[in-house]
Amino acid sequence: MSEKVKTWPGVELSAKEFYGKVTSVKFRPEAKFSWSAGEAMSRFLMELKEGRLIARTCRKCKRILFPPRMFCEECFRPTDAWTYVKDTGTIETYSISYIDLDAKRITDPVYVGVVSVDGASPKMGLMHFFGGVTPETIRIGMRVKAVWKPPAQREGSVLDIVHWRPLKEGEG
Amino acid sequence: MTFLERTTRPENLRSWRGDVEADYLYTSGVAGERFFLGLRDAGKILAAKCDACGLTYLPPRMYCEVCMGPLKTWTEVTGPATVEGVTVTHVDEHGDRLAEPQVWAILRWPGIHGGFVHRLAVEPAKAKPGLKVRPVLKPRKERVGNITDIREFAP
Amino acid sequence: MRKVACIGAGMTLFRRRLLETGKEMCWEAARMALDSAGLTIDDVDAVVFGSAPDAFDGIHMKGENLLDGCGGVGKPYVRVFTGGGTAVFSPIAGYWHVASGAFDCVLVVNEEKMSSCQPHPQSVFGHIWDPILDRPLKPNLVWIFAMEMNRYMTVHKVRYEDVAAVAVKNKRNAVAHPCAQLADPNITVDDVKNSEMMAWPVRRLDISPPSDGASALVIASEDFVRKRKVESPVWFSGVGWCIDTTMWTDRDLYFPEYLARAAKMAYKQARIDDPRKQIDFAEPYDPFDYKELHHMEGLGLCKKGEAPVLTREGVTQRDGDLPTCPSGGLLGVGNPIAATMGIKVGELYWQLSGQAGKRQIPHEIHTGVTNAWGDLMQFSSVVVMRA
Repeated sequence: MSEKVKTWPGVELSAKEFYGKVTSVKFRPEAKFSWSAGEAMSRFLMELKEGRLIARTCRKCKRILFPPRMFCEECFRPTDAWTYVKDTGTIETYSISYIDLDAKRITDPVYVGVVSVDGASPKMGLMHFFGGVTPETIRIGMRVKAVWKPPAQREGSVLDIVHWRPLKEGEG
Repeated sequence: MTFLERTTRPENLRSWRGDVEADYLYTSGVAGERFFLGLRDAGKILAAKCDACGLTYLPPRMYCEVCMGPLKTWTEVTGPATVEGVTVTHVDEHGDRLAEPQVWAILRWPGIHGGFVHRLAVEPAKAKPGLKVRPVLKPRKERVGNITDIREFAP
Repeated sequence: MRKVACIGAGMTLFRRRLLETGKEMCWEAARMALDSAGLTIDDVDAVVFGSAPDAFDGIHMKGENLLDGCGGVGKPYVRVFTGGGTAVFSPIAGYWHVASGAFDCVLVVNEEKMSSCQPHPQSVFGHIWDPILDRPLKPNLVWIFAMEMNRYMTVHKVRYEDVAAVAVKNKRNAVAHPCAQLADPNITVDDVKNSEMMAWPVRRLDISPPSDGASALVIASEDFVRKRKVESPVWFSGVGWCIDTTMWTDRDLYFPEYLARAAKMAYKQARIDDPRKQIDFAEPYDPFDYKELHHMEGLGLCKKGEAPVLTREGVTQRDGDLPTCPSGGLLGVGNPIAATMGIKVGELYWQLSGQAGKRQIPHEIHTGVTNAWGDLMQFSSVVVMRA
């Protein structure tokens, strides 16, 4: 069939034709949201404002779930209790980004990755920024600690932590 | 079964604001491009006919939705349209009140499968099904290849 | 359960921008699929449509909007959606329609028009992130692929050159595909290594492009094949699908567990217990070059960490022992998400029915496997086909 087909359909447009020549309609939907944070995330955000990280426990699988959730997705039952976890952890993976959220280039790269947090079940992670690192020093397995904003600047957001920096000798 | 804890103080429940936005640019398509260029440059309303099924589509398309065959025969739609249904709107797309009510109609031509929804240049009290109307086009230099190149339909 | 076959296929060119509206692309692909099977729309009992988020085309209720181009007017019509997994999942949904006995002949149409989204589809990819945990960090979706690639390469000590070799293989394979957007007969590993760094370790040429395109398949029962004397039907021999939690930060990204489960389901049905020996060629989903390696391992086509070795040794070339992405894949042909069905299940059909033209694998083949991958690193669909 591949051989029998002479022309494959599709009228290609260059960027110039697409933006300047053909008729078109522009539109921007106005879709604004107010998402309910829910039971678990509301408490999580409140604790962030106080400079603390909180998790939930599941008595059945014995996991300590971080970020916290009101049901255990593996046991499919409600979680049982709140428990605090530490603000130190380990880098599970990372990337060094040279593009922003609209895919535009940025000159100062952003170090981002997943931190598995001490006190939670193994590999329970949070995506966040890393600081005080270079492409040569950052590595999977690095031990890190959260750097918090001063209390007056915290709003109850994951950004109340500025980034995670390498642990110094004698910490954690 | 439900959660084992429930917050009782509403000020402890947070909401998180954001948007789900993007900008869009929609091309008119292969058939649409021909239709809108016909409207913009020649001031004509074009339709496309399925020779197998005998249906003449307005707006015109590349294909017949009944037999899935290609539409090759294009014709011009001339003559008055008939108002099939009307509505008078008092609020805009955001729900805010309009300064003046707007009259909108479904417009059909004889022998044509389809038609338009468009503005009717008739007082609300006089707007009703059965009216015969013609398209009023903007002057050529104001036409851009958009459905609004037709300003409205008037008796 | 009834035996089900693919009896026809069609697709449009894959390009960054096509003039056609979504409906027109659907019709072009559907018409070609019907013509290739020698059928009219009246032979079709039901239509299955697949497409990724409405947000790319920018049309709410996209399935309903596109159904007339898919031949669905007045017919039982359903849209299925599993993000990028839709490319292989909508054929599975088509399979259900026929295997269940409900219908004899089903048209499956997949479409994506990513050019509508301005300035770049990346802007709406961003809405997949959790609003509270992720979006405040202003993430770009490339970050997460970079993190997965980093984890995979670190755990298995994979060299970047072995990953880039996949992009080179697929973009060169794509030269033989008439619809290809990014075919390049001369591309080298150095070209990939020198391309713009996006989010380390991912570079521009490691990534497949956004595209406009559509593809279609005709799926029929054994009865239909027999009555209509269909030549070269290609049979569905196993289907599988599986999804993992959206809490991707809890998972070790080096191995796609959900794909292994989906593959297990498909292999059980297909009576395959030694995939490397019993499968002749593969079309794993390759939106990034490292994903082909990741998916080969998830599909059990080699041991964990072994895929880069097979690539280096030429085993996955079109004339190798396990041709992988002979179509040219997403890296070479293009990535209109759900419409990549044409180079996944579509390619299995064209290869196994001997209709792949210049892409035809030069030795005897009977069994092929393909997978697609979607959502936030969560979902995989798998199809095994036999001729």
